[in-house]
Amino acid sequence: MVEAEARRLVPRALSLDNETVRAVVLQVATAAAIVAALYLLGTNAAHNMARQGIVSGFGFLSQEAGYDVGESWIAHSARSTYARTLVVGLLNTLYVSAVAIVLATVLGVLVGIARVSPNWLLRKVSAGYVEIFRNTPLLLQIVFWYTVMRQLPPPRRALQPIEGVFLSNRGFTHPVPTWDPAHGWMLAAAAIGIGAAIAYRRAARRHHERTGRRWPVLWPTAALVVGLPALAWLAGGSPIGLDVPRMRAFNFQGGTTHSPELVALLIALVAYIGAFIGEIVRFGIQAVGSGQREAARALGLRDGHALRLVVLPQALRIIVPPLTSQYLNLVKDSSLAVWIGYPDFVSVTNTAINQTGQAVEGIFLMMLVYLSISLSISLFMNWYNRRIGYRR
Amino acid sequence: MKAATFLAALALGAVSLAAGAAVAADGPTLAAVKQRGHLMCGGDGTRPGISAPDAKGEWGGFDVDFCRVVAAAIFGDPTKVRFIALTTVQRFPSLQSGEIDVLSRSTTHNLTRDAALGFDFSPITMYAHTALMVHKDLGVKAGKELDGASVCVPPGTSIERNIADFWQQNNIKYKPVVIDNQKELNETYLAHRCDVIANFLPGLATIRAYQAAKPEDHVILPDVLLKEPLAITFRQGDAQWKDIVSWSVYATFEAEEKGLTSKNVDAALKSKDPEIQRLLGVTADLGEKLGLPKDFVYQIVKKVGNYEEIWEKNVGKDAPLKLDRGLNKLWRDGGVLYSPPFQ
Amino acid sequence: MTGGLPMAAPAQRPPLDRVGALRWLRVNLFSGPLNTLLTLVTFGAIALVVPAVLRWAVVDAVWRSADPAVCRAAAGACWAVVAEKHRLMLFGLYPHAEHWRPVAATVLYVAAVALTCWPGSWRRIVLVPLWTVTVAVFLVLMLGGALGLSLVETREWGGLPLTVVVFTATVMMALPLGIILALGRRSRLPLIRTAAIGLIEIVRGVPLVTVLFCAAVVFPLFLPPGWDVDKLVRVLVAMGIFYGCYFAEVIRGGLQAIPKGQHEAAASLGLSYWQSTRKIVLPQALRVVIPGLMNHVISVFKNSTLVIVVGLFDMLYATTAAIADPLWIAFYTEGYLFVGAIYFLGCWAMSRYSQFIERRLARGRSY
Repeated sequence: MVEAEARRLVPRALSLDNETVRAVVLQVATAAAIVAALYLLGTNAAHNMARQGIVSGFGFLSQEAGYDVGESWIAHSARSTYARTLVVGLLNTLYVSAVAIVLATVLGVLVGIARVSPNWLLRKVSAGYVEIFRNTPLLLQIVFWYTVMRQLPPPRRALQPIEGVFLSNRGFTHPVPTWDPAHGWMLAAAAIGIGAAIAYRRAARRHHERTGRRWPVLWPTAALVVGLPALAWLAGGSPIGLDVPRMRAFNFQGGTTHSPELVALLIALVAYIGAFIGEIVRFGIQAVGSGQREAARALGLRDGHALRLVVLPQALRIIVPPLTSQYLNLVKDSSLAVWIGYPDFVSVTNTAINQTGQAVEGIFLMMLVYLSISLSISLFMNWYNRRIGYRR
Repeated sequence: MKAATFLAALALGAVSLAAGAAVAADGPTLAAVKQRGHLMCGGDGTRPGISAPDAKGEWGGFDVDFCRVVAAAIFGDPTKVRFIALTTVQRFPSLQSGEIDVLSRSTTHNLTRDAALGFDFSPITMYAHTALMVHKDLGVKAGKELDGASVCVPPGTSIERNIADFWQQNNIKYKPVVIDNQKELNETYLAHRCDVIANFLPGLATIRAYQAAKPEDHVILPDVLLKEPLAITFRQGDAQWKDIVSWSVYATFEAEEKGLTSKNVDAALKSKDPEIQRLLGVTADLGEKLGLPKDFVYQIVKKVGNYEEIWEKNVGKDAPLKLDRGLNKLWRDGGVLYSPPFQ
Repeated sequence: MTGGLPMAAPAQRPPLDRVGALRWLRVNLFSGPLNTLLTLVTFGAIALVVPAVLRWAVVDAVWRSADPAVCRAAAGACWAVVAEKHRLMLFGLYPHAEHWRPVAATVLYVAAVALTCWPGSWRRIVLVPLWTVTVAVFLVLMLGGALGLSLVETREWGGLPLTVVVFTATVMMALPLGIILALGRRSRLPLIRTAAIGLIEIVRGVPLVTVLFCAAVVFPLFLPPGWDVDKLVRVLVAMGIFYGCYFAEVIRGGLQAIPKGQHEAAASLGLSYWQSTRKIVLPQALRVVIPGLMNHVISVFKNSTLVIVVGLFDMLYATTAAIADPLWIAFYTEGYLFVGAIYFLGCWAMSRYSQFIERRLARGRSY
């Protein structure tokens, strides 16, 4: 004790016992080690590649790719550049992630509510679902669903649960409305409706804060968001044309087909991440505590109001951070698409790596893209989290 | 403590640099292979007859035998070779990184791979072409009838590009289904997820013969999409290694031309023919010029066989595939196999 | 004294619907119209699904038969596919004659895990020798090349033992790395903090698949020529680093939960940074984070399946290979259910165990 005291009081200027010296030495050593490691790895790679005559750099991005991609949201052919081909893969990743996030959230919220339902049977069934899907590897689930999809009958003998809707080993095919100018008006009306609904809810909140009286919220919102497009549809002559898929030669023509790879990946991602979200929602609701609900009821709030005004805002604050990490997991997990051949970013980049031999560049691009997506989601959710946080 | 860890890492790095420099100065692939005691060979591993482990885990097939040819040339022992199963996507990085010494995985020789990927190629071991196989019940007779079809293709291959070209040339459309794992891809085709599967011809034959429940349910269409000259691939920049692999392959051609087989090569050692004496290393030291034992051709023929034996055993009349040799005959029989003289 | 008080009413039995089973039913299943509807719908669904599943899985199932035609004729599940193919599913390409070795190794491993789960064994004098011996014997059994066992290279390892290897090695590497990174992230030294944050955030931002590709495909390009690191080792190290970063974030949470007074008390006793970290801070922090860590440990077990993307023959890959046999492909559901059940049991047991530990720790805290 005394010795230690003495040591601290009389720091020896340039010895490792001096905390400042130690800090500097440690940090310089760390920096040196990192720089040295990077330098060694870099020179090794450069040396290896030069020795073998591998052309490095990102020049390949502007060359013609020469191969087709099965699914694309933008015009793409074998004549497109590698850059464009990679964008096709990126859009596919974003698409499958976005759809899965929405569906998994819906499923998760339903499951979470079912988990705390007063109904014993529902509670047990939802608990069983969560346990099974959360405790099985995602890749196993993807492989399983893909095998299921592949074992469906071929398109000529496709299952037809509803007239015009087909399930076959070419995927899930359904009719889409044939394009009509009225659809444009409907989109515009929906946009206006959503804007108006937001404005109305703001006004309602201000009114509530000023007078303590509530305007009805649910019905006017629904009327604006659903009613306006419906009116536009009626005004546009209520077009009911449907592009119905028909079997032609090898595949369905018309309608929209979602490939088996996409469907299998979506089912697996939604079922898996949905189970996790269900647990988060359950935890969030239970954490609010029954006292809050009872207090709200004591104040005379109806059950719906109590849930919407008292329980949910508090639960959301607990739910959002873990929910964010589930969304991030989902985006990253979508890369498992590579195993079943859905042309996501990893899969398309893999092909590019093999055609060009630019493995280092390809992996670098993969990491860059996923880092950017992860960062964007984190930033957005942080912003949202602040917004719903305690207002001071 | 942390500093100590990092210093240790630093020291390790320095040592690694020194060690690297030492091996680099020593140079060629051959030295590394000899030091290791075995050849590292990349293969497909999913295609019986071409490259696949059997039930006991013993690798065999046409591609595999050419790795054994190289191993026999170096060590006089065709078992001194280890195989790594690689997908199409893994094969080139694996070779570039030095994980394997040679890639014998039905790889097509083309300009980009030769020039920009940093590879060199042996003489062509098999002249093949991209072909299409369809389910028989579709009733298709030719490729140009396949408008709107779903096509199973291995990613990152010349096949993938040939398919894009073929459908464009015929002005029709298709949907590619692209899976890296060849076995999964085949399953996907066999489950009717695709109407067509594209591959080089012997590849299609293995799927039909070994993986299909009923081989007669599948038809290989007569279309010849593009040349696929398949060769052993290795890293560029080691002239001696290129010579070793190339002349090992030539040795199988030359042995067939001279009528040497694994059965008669022992007797042939006593042959009076000066060409055969030179070839088998009885009188000349051709092997030593390559850095190999004098009798490397004898070792290849004795332990693995000549080209005809390799073909017939794996993909020809002695195998379920029963492939015709086609172009893969000696020049004097109307094929294109032609070895420069062993002089 | 009691006379002035009103007589207590004679005890009466409560109404029938307020006690026992009926009360339970009322509260839990039929408390209101919505609840009743939910009960009926759920019950209807169960009544529809469960008997059909039972008929398929048990009543009409074929349990043993070497002939797939028997299965095709039956209406139920074909568990015979498991009986036929379980060796390939469980042991992959491991030489057939040597299968007793992976069996013995796995049994030994499971026994060691079971012993470790018993809190009474949580002493350095038990755990360190236990795991040293277990790992050594496991490796000797699997790898061979000693004690008269033939050499089986890691390339031929497959199935369940490979899954066990990937899982154990990853956790064993990730734990110390996680502790170092978590301490680094909380370091007062800006450079060390930045380095730790950089590594953790980059790794947590990318999918495991890309990290595995990096290790399996690209990393050798960064090595000096002539250097050759086994692919399995590269993949294991990559998994270790990947999960180390996740572990680090959990451990950091535990470190933050240690009250500042503990650090100050340690400092006032004259303990150095490393002394106080090792003796005071870490033991407390690690106790707090065990449940959080278990979540990631379960995730390691599930994501050990991802190694198939770089061509390692784990239990999932072995299963896909086993049921790709055209004679048996029709019974893929049974095959996947079999391995799915193994993974499920592992994960489920771990999550139950984690809850047990959580309760135990909570009990320990409430003195």
